[in-house]
Amino acid sequence: MKNSNKRYWKGIEELTNEPSFVKNIHNEFGNMPTENEAKGDSLVDGSGTHRRDFLKMLGFGVAAVSLAACESPVKNTIPYLNKPEDVEPTIANWYASTYTEGGEYASILVKTREGRPVKLEGNKLSSVSKGVLSGRAHASVLSLYDNEKLKGPQSAGKPTDWANLDATFIAKLAAVAAKGGQIRIVSNTILSPTTKKVVAEFVGKFPTTQHVTYDANPAYGLTQAHGGVLPRIDFSQAKTIVSLGADFLGTWIAPTEFAAQWAITRRVGSAKEGKKTMSRHYQFETILSNTGANSDYRATYKPSQEGLVAISLYNAVAKLTGATAIAGAAVKIAHVEKAAQDLVASKGASIVVAGSNDPEVQKIIAATNTLVGAYGTTINVGSPVNYRQGNDLAMANFIKDAVAGKIDAVIFYNANPVYNHPMGAALAAALPKIAVSMATNDRSDETASLCQFIAPDSHFLESWNDSEPTLGFYSLTQPTISPIFKTRQTQSSLLTWAGLGNDFASYLENNWEKNILKGGKAVWNKALHDGVYEPNALTISSASPSIDINAAATAIAKTYQASSTALEIAVYEKVGLGTGSQANNPWLQEFPEPVTKACWDNYASISQPTATKLNLKQGDLVKLGAKGYEVTLPILVQPGQAQDTVAVAIGYGRTKAGKSADGVGVNAYPFISEINGACVGICLQGVSMSPTGEEKAIAQTQTHHTVMARQAVVQETVLADFAKNPLSGRYNPQVLTAEGKKDATDISLWNGHKYNNHAWGMVIDLNTCTGCSACVISCSAENNVPVVGRQEVINRREMHWMRIDRYYSSDAEVEDLKGLEIASDNPEVVFQPMLCQHCNNAPCETVCPVLATTHSTEGLNQMTYNRCIGTRYCANNCPYKVRRFNWFRYFQTDDFDFHFNNDLGRMVINPEVTVRSRGVMEKCSMCVQRIQSGKLEAKKEKRRPVDGEIQVACAQSCPTSAITFGDMNDPASEISKLLEVEKEGRAYHVIEEINVKPNISYLMKVRNKDAKQEA
Amino acid sequence: MSHVVSPIREKLVTGGKSYHDVTHDICKQVEGEPTKEWKWAFGISCIIFAYGAYCLFYTWWQGIGVWGLNKTVGWAWDITNFVWWVGIGHAGTLISAVLLLFRQKWRTSINRSAEAMTIFAVLCAASFILAHMGRPWLAHWALPLPNAFGSLWVNFNSPLVWDVFAISTYLSVSLLFWYMGLVPDLATIRDRATTKASKFWYGLFSLGWTGSAKTWARYEYMSLILAGISTPLVLSVHTIVSMDFATSVIPGWHTTIFPPYFVAGAIFSGFAMVQTLLLITRVVFHLEDYITIEHIEMMNIVITITGSIVGIAYLTEFFIAWYSGVEYESYAFINRATGPYWWAYWMMMTCNVISPQLFWSKKLRTSLMASFILSIVVNVGMWFERFVIIVTSLHRDYIPSSWAMFSPTRYDIGDYIFSFGLFFTLFFLFAKFLPVVNMAEVKAVMKGVSTNYPAKKIKAKEKTEV
Repeated sequence: MKNSNKRYWKGIEELTNEPSFVKNIHNEFGNMPTENEAKGDSLVDGSGTHRRDFLKMLGFGVAAVSLAACESPVKNTIPYLNKPEDVEPTIANWYASTYTEGGEYASILVKTREGRPVKLEGNKLSSVSKGVLSGRAHASVLSLYDNEKLKGPQSAGKPTDWANLDATFIAKLAAVAAKGGQIRIVSNTILSPTTKKVVAEFVGKFPTTQHVTYDANPAYGLTQAHGGVLPRIDFSQAKTIVSLGADFLGTWIAPTEFAAQWAITRRVGSAKEGKKTMSRHYQFETILSNTGANSDYRATYKPSQEGLVAISLYNAVAKLTGATAIAGAAVKIAHVEKAAQDLVASKGASIVVAGSNDPEVQKIIAATNTLVGAYGTTINVGSPVNYRQGNDLAMANFIKDAVAGKIDAVIFYNANPVYNHPMGAALAAALPKIAVSMATNDRSDETASLCQFIAPDSHFLESWNDSEPTLGFYSLTQPTISPIFKTRQTQSSLLTWAGLGNDFASYLENNWEKNILKGGKAVWNKALHDGVYEPNALTISSASPSIDINAAATAIAKTYQASSTALEIAVYEKVGLGTGSQANNPWLQEFPEPVTKACWDNYASISQPTATKLNLKQGDLVKLGAKGYEVTLPILVQPGQAQDTVAVAIGYGRTKAGKSADGVGVNAYPFISEINGACVGICLQGVSMSPTGEEKAIAQTQTHHTVMARQAVVQETVLADFAKNPLSGRYNPQVLTAEGKKDATDISLWNGHKYNNHAWGMVIDLNTCTGCSACVISCSAENNVPVVGRQEVINRREMHWMRIDRYYSSDAEVEDLKGLEIASDNPEVVFQPMLCQHCNNAPCETVCPVLATTHSTEGLNQMTYNRCIGTRYCANNCPYKVRRFNWFRYFQTDDFDFHFNNDLGRMVINPEVTVRSRGVMEKCSMCVQRIQSGKLEAKKEKRRPVDGEIQVACAQSCPTSAITFGDMNDPASEISKLLEVEKEGRAYHVIEEINVKPNISYLMKVRNKDAKQEA
Repeated sequence: MSHVVSPIREKLVTGGKSYHDVTHDICKQVEGEPTKEWKWAFGISCIIFAYGAYCLFYTWWQGIGVWGLNKTVGWAWDITNFVWWVGIGHAGTLISAVLLLFRQKWRTSINRSAEAMTIFAVLCAASFILAHMGRPWLAHWALPLPNAFGSLWVNFNSPLVWDVFAISTYLSVSLLFWYMGLVPDLATIRDRATTKASKFWYGLFSLGWTGSAKTWARYEYMSLILAGISTPLVLSVHTIVSMDFATSVIPGWHTTIFPPYFVAGAIFSGFAMVQTLLLITRVVFHLEDYITIEHIEMMNIVITITGSIVGIAYLTEFFIAWYSGVEYESYAFINRATGPYWWAYWMMMTCNVISPQLFWSKKLRTSLMASFILSIVVNVGMWFERFVIIVTSLHRDYIPSSWAMFSPTRYDIGDYIFSFGLFFTLFFLFAKFLPVVNMAEVKAVMKGVSTNYPAKKIKAKEKTEV
């Protein structure tokens, strides 16, 4: 047994126990090189091959090759060689600036990413625009990237360079000036004091120059009634608002500002101490305007009655205040007496506005306002506004002079009168006869294409400028991108032509420091940073204009008549497209008009009784003629329109604006009549309308117009009832169970979600939503929502994540389902913004086979585009029908030549939001990119996000603050406080009874009516 | 394979066929040159298939925007066709499995083509599952496969995932059942084969069938096991398809009656389709002795019964819509019957509820022409049933602002035509290359017939006279 410890050794190394042997003792193959050791000379280094490495490399190679084959190539990513100091990739920079478009004004903040503007938001520092923008202002960022603008100056239709253009043009101007020829600068309203100074410099150099200002949507009549100024109107203090055809919430003068003021008077609260009063809003009008749709009492009149309606109202008020009545044929219009009573009862907090541009009508209205004590309270001439400076008479004279050959040189300063003036055709014929003609329009449009020279102006986002929207209130425009094309802002052009160099930026700064700021660089920098400079408060003047009402009444009697059965044309402006100056903006073309829900066209709207009388139906093409001008338009049957009237919108029928605009609709400007020296949007005589026998579909995003008495969708009440019981008008669906009646929402199969951190939600006040749809454009801009074009809208495939549903009331009984489909002749209207409701029991989430739509831990219903295979089951199962499917590839496709189809247009894309590919579903994400970046900002500062810090695009852009977004888990947030109050009041969920438990609540609409059933 | 057939029963195979006659009658279609009728029929099918394939290709190339769907109506012809084809695919399994378990011997001469039809119909249905997807190239994401996304699974709550399981199970079991039934017949053809190619191919697919008692016993066990597996499938597949609708929140879809109603409808339309095809095959291949008036009458009786079940389901839906007191549900049904798609609704009612009742008349249910016309009418009606359920429910649901109409485009129609092309091309290939009647099983039910001495005697006599 001694030898039991005997050891067998395998080799001499083991016997001697060499260190190299001990080291490798555990390896199967002794001291063969191990994997670790072999790494140094593996295949990767190229010096040797190992079996496993080889297999790894092979596997990797196969995977890499197949992956590389699948990957889309990345194009045009060039890193900065010298990074600009203030540009951080992926971090947005914001600049204060000002949006102006003709007489439209908004102080804005421009979001730029890597040096390109991608989104505009309101600048809350401005006490004038108060941080709200119209849909058109939101859309203007897309016009910056319009590929069809001129790429540089043109001479006789051929591209030239600036030096050449300037030399030739100055020489020609000098020749004209030398012989004392007449020079005109024709522009729309210029809000900029410095620009006016530049024009004055030009006039100084060429003294025979006159500056003619006109507006495509003038307020000349209103200024004439107020001694040449446009009074400042404030609805926020009004208890009684009467509007005679003024669409002040949609298009009239400064609609976003008015809407914000109007909303203040319309807000109510359900709490015991909550506000139970509202302004009462009467609307008398021809068409059903956006404003009329929001009024409490509404009646229609024909355009030929307008002046007499004004007189009737004046007389009704006069009767109550003891003033002398004026002569005028009596017109029987419902609610006029009642309106007069309310106006007088709330004297000092009453206002009457009229949309007519007829100075005589405006004079009667001004006199009425004097009687009801509006001056100094709701109307103020102490701080007049500059929004419309057009002089219809001067413009008419200019065109007459041009036709007569009395003009030798003309400069169209961003003005397009050939298109947007009623006498445009005459001007077009006269233009070639003018010796020197120049346009500074951004494209070779209807007017510019007839001029010898075009000196294209830069976009406002590429320019320096300033504005004075209200006397003594200033704001600045600064460039946020260098000019994309070889354009030059017109102020620089004028300075050049006046021989003062071309540096408008310095000129502006000098002017501000010397005349406006009266301070140095520091003050200037602050003003530039803030975007606004408002040194003084408003001057309130209770002076009322002195008016010869009897003369006005006489003039009115000549034009208007108490009753007529003839067909009359009402020319109106659309909320989206406005005057048509931005017609080549696809976002605006696809903007569903708040009332008609139509886009990509204008049309002849007539009431149902008129349609029946003329044997016409929706979509019938008719020839509409008057004043020797004839157009072919499809019929749109519009409830709430006056009988025997046809309404046509301006802004359409462009011929030289670009691909999106040309040939869309017809030009309605020629129908505008000259009445009492002003361009009034009516046409009373010789109107003919005859069917062509053909049909044309109108692209409408909504084709069923009534709510079918579905109380679970729209809930409303009248103020009289609401004041007594905040739950009046609320619909509370209950179900019968074994334990008795229960709220439908108490019974659920679901366990619910726990939100430990945030619970995002939204409250939408139907009382203050005017339907203006600024949110729709803002949402599209923020979330890269594609434009699909006219035919696809007709196919009911518009992609808007946010839509505004508009419902007309019906006269039918609840049981009469067929009758409920037909709107009243003068319907009550409700607007309901509809977007993803972010349901807690989301029907879409359960049905997606691949989990592409899921619930977040913060209450959002999120869509994972990459995972979506496009079964559309979620969209079918969505009770709100808010999901949108990418039927085609909307980017880089020739069929969808809107803005995703060229490199320039794509610069507007928000890099924070994925551009969706064909075949995937999309929908409102509640701006999750904003939520995430807001949370990130807060996290960096080691705090929780503050309420209001994170704003979704629609809430941010709502002029009336009808949308409240926030964290429902934060008891201090505005939304929590609002819901706390309204939970037992106006707040409801749409179709609550199916118990999908949305995170979006609506606040019931309250109409300021005496009783429910009043028309 | 001996079955006892009561002598008082009507003969299932007429014409005094011997076993050899059966083999000969069935095999001659496979072995001989294609007939002129077959060439025509196959040629037309191929043309239809080619046109449909072009339309389908265009749909895939451009995106399903070429269809008439919109933001409100997200499914229309695609899912209508899918459910329709799946429904049609129910008859095969029912005939081969349920009728086998119930020992309905008359099924033997029709089960082969019914099963083939099932498989082709399920393939057609599957083509719509693929076609209706926005991104069909990612269709495999609907399967619970391991992937590179981490622990990302399919949504087991989604009825579409259930569909994937139900349809794929159904397809594989049906295919297996059909193929298994084919093995003895393939062996017969192999044994009769004269060319090398057919010897090889039929030999390959007959899996070395010897015809020994042991193999027959296994064949029998296997038939019973597969019948046992398939029987629940007959009920489950369309139940699950109906859950695509029943589990949703859409009025007109959210209906608990759907599972039995869909199953009855599926059998209804499946039998009608089998009827249509049998009547054609019978004439084209001269199989009057195998597919007798008795068969046709039996089929018609099943059609009438299931049609009546469907009719009751329609009425029940209406009653419940009213009785529930749910505003949206009531509206959905009133809208079906009186809204803009009233014509589709009444088309469905006429074809599915009224027309099968005509078979109460013995004269009509034993008339070939009436059977043929009504079998087509029933399938038209069943297509409209799915269209009505899908489109009229979606086009006007909760929020009136989104109400919309659907109208088909050229590609909606073209892609439907594609499925017909696919179906008939496959069916005619089947009819040419495989025995359309299960020879082995038919022989089994002929036992009583073939031992019928007088018949044989008469036949022998005739032969000697000739």
